[in-house]
Amino acid sequence: MSAPAKIRNWLDERFGWDQLMAFVRHKTVPTHRFSYFYFLGGMTLFLFGLQVVTGILLLMYYRPTPDGAFESVQYIMTQVPFGWLIRSIHSWGANAMILTAIAHMFSVFFLKSYRKPRELTWLSGMILLFLVLAFGFSGYLLPWNMLSLFATKVGTNMAAQVPLLGHWILVFLRGGPDVTGATLTRFFGFHVAVLPGLATLLIGLHLLLVQRFGMSVPPTVEAEWKVDPSKVQELRFFPNFFLRELMAWYIALAALGALAAFRPWELGQKADLFASAPAGIRPEWYFMFMFQTLRFLPAKVGPFAGDLVGVLGFGAAALVWTCLPFFDNDKRGRGKRWIAGAGVFALTYFVGATAYAYLVAR
Amino acid sequence: MNTKRHREWMKSRAEVRLAAHNREWMSKAGAFWFALLFCSFFFLVPARLPAQTEAQQKNSCLTCHSQLDAPLHVDTQTFAESIHAQKGITCVTCHGGNSSSDDPTEAMSAAAGFKGAPQRKQVPTFCASCHANAAYMRNFNPSLRTDQYSQYLTSVHGHLLAKGDTHVAVCVDCHGIHDILPPDDPRSSVYPTNVAETCGKCHANAAYMKVYKIPTNQLTLYNTSVHHAELVGKGDLSAPTCSTCHGSHGAAPPGVKSVVNVCATCHVFQAQLFDASPHHDAFSSLGLPGCVTCHSNHGIQAPSDAFIGVRKGAVCLKCHSAGEPGYDAAAKIHTELTNLDASVTHSRDILSRAEQAGVEVGQIQMDLDQARDDLTKARVSIHSADLKVVDQNIEAGLKVTRATYKAGQAALAQASYRRKGLFISLGITLLVLLSLALLIRKLESGPHF
Repeated sequence: MSAPAKIRNWLDERFGWDQLMAFVRHKTVPTHRFSYFYFLGGMTLFLFGLQVVTGILLLMYYRPTPDGAFESVQYIMTQVPFGWLIRSIHSWGANAMILTAIAHMFSVFFLKSYRKPRELTWLSGMILLFLVLAFGFSGYLLPWNMLSLFATKVGTNMAAQVPLLGHWILVFLRGGPDVTGATLTRFFGFHVAVLPGLATLLIGLHLLLVQRFGMSVPPTVEAEWKVDPSKVQELRFFPNFFLRELMAWYIALAALGALAAFRPWELGQKADLFASAPAGIRPEWYFMFMFQTLRFLPAKVGPFAGDLVGVLGFGAAALVWTCLPFFDNDKRGRGKRWIAGAGVFALTYFVGATAYAYLVAR
Repeated sequence: MNTKRHREWMKSRAEVRLAAHNREWMSKAGAFWFALLFCSFFFLVPARLPAQTEAQQKNSCLTCHSQLDAPLHVDTQTFAESIHAQKGITCVTCHGGNSSSDDPTEAMSAAAGFKGAPQRKQVPTFCASCHANAAYMRNFNPSLRTDQYSQYLTSVHGHLLAKGDTHVAVCVDCHGIHDILPPDDPRSSVYPTNVAETCGKCHANAAYMKVYKIPTNQLTLYNTSVHHAELVGKGDLSAPTCSTCHGSHGAAPPGVKSVVNVCATCHVFQAQLFDASPHHDAFSSLGLPGCVTCHSNHGIQAPSDAFIGVRKGAVCLKCHSAGEPGYDAAAKIHTELTNLDASVTHSRDILSRAEQAGVEVGQIQMDLDQARDDLTKARVSIHSADLKVVDQNIEAGLKVTRATYKAGQAALAQASYRRKGLFISLGITLLVLLSLALLIRKLESGPHF
């Protein structure tokens, strides 16, 4: 018996390897005109993995203190072999991951993949999206530069608008009433321990649920397949679908490498707690639509502060959006029209307000 | 008694009914009319305030003099804005008389203590009656100086006035009369940015100054100077104006020996180096006025490296000629300064290119700031006229520029290396993608697919 066969036998006796392989071989992915959207989830997972790997490498040199954070990132960018590449891929990759996560969410929404029995899959995915945004928000401060310092001040101030708990949340996030070194160490803790732990658990749950219920087929395709079962097409997950996904990952990696080489992530000026706010303070692109909305709002909306209305409005919208599968319980399985309309509005508003904010900033 | 009580009771009832009616009306008329009335009140009030003030504070002086023609005219509004009016000083405080009387004869009578307007020669003592009285001035501003009059007596203006020359400036020529504003008010004629124009009213007037036989181009020259550019152009109030060098109340041109001291109030290091330099004694023996000899006075320009050296326009050529040690030293200092300046520029350019190529050079750019500091020090150290002192700073700066230029070259090489690496890895990625595509094709073309 050859060495690989011996190892396989050893594994099979203990873990039921052949049974696992048989399961993988039999797993299929539906093939239809919307199949390309199935790549988005895998792409987000790949980018998350890339963040973990590059993040661990950055941890070898990063120092989460006000006196050391900026200098350590500068050291990574200039002295550490390939440090510039790792840090740039981590920063660009974070943005790419948030982009694919948002695209994944909208694709799941418009393909109605959240329908029964996949409500919990949607719910876990939404919580993962919030975690990904929290990763972005907490990671933005870590280089400890002027822009990140003031963007964090603005961002955490928004949290203070929450009625009753606002001040408590603000102090909890900042580690005090102001953004200081305490905020930096706190955000570092969230970014490298709390959030990865929660995200890993939720990704496990999300994948388990995807595995349990299989890939959802859009209602229109499902209807066509019911009428004519001969149209049903499936692709083996392994190796056929997996190899295609692998190609997409390679392309993503090459794109991130090109961005790192031609547009390395900027470091900016070291944060100065006593300096006045520099011009052009703005959050990362994925929070721009909220930032712009708060700008749209007047100082007072009726008897309430404009910011309070904005924050509460976004909170309520996020809650409704997260609980969407429980509203969209149309018996015919095609979903309610107003929900589809709300989705179109949400996507249009997200893209429009973000684009408008950048146009105004120019 | 009962009738009186009844009337009061009726009155109070009527007030209660009126108040109730007002409340009802307010609730019915709505917020619009209230807002309109509210806004109208604020709109109308400023227009009515002066009239109310006049009514409350009777001042027959202003009532008449606001209607008289110059030179007896006093503008009510301007006077109200003046520092004197703001501090409660009225016409009678300076001029005496009785401002509460509408009869001019009585208002301006000797019995009422009327003093009238002082003669021009009397103006300084007239103003000093308050401004030189520390006890009195303490009532208004305890930190205000009260030595203006004694300083004025030491000034050229004061000396000439004492000799009976009433052409010279007295208090009101610079500060105004009824429109005097505090010197920190940007509208004041003695606010730093306005001082040169105020002095220029006389000193730039060739006809007026003809009797004194002194130049009248100071203002024109000053307006072209670096000091004017900083003070008026950039609003830097620390930049000098006429009174900074000449004094204000004690105004006098600095003597040849004191020029360095005057400039040294701001340019401390240059003055220290000059005092220890061979130029100090040489200039003194020739009767040359220190700093002014090379930099000029009113029309002083921003110094450049072309000032020093032996090329056309260099100030060194005023005294030094070819073959002298000073001539050679000047030439060498110029060469060294321009070398360091060029090195700083080269380093800055290469770092800028590296930055644009995406390489992090923030720390190296900060290091280059040290070379810029060394260049500034070298430019200051030329006042020592000592080549060794200048050399020390030049060498320190060149050491930094050599290191930063080298670092810039390395950063550009790094950018090139990254791009080459990227193209190689992109090639490998493309090969892997092709292989995967072929593998998929092979897998899916087989009989078992």
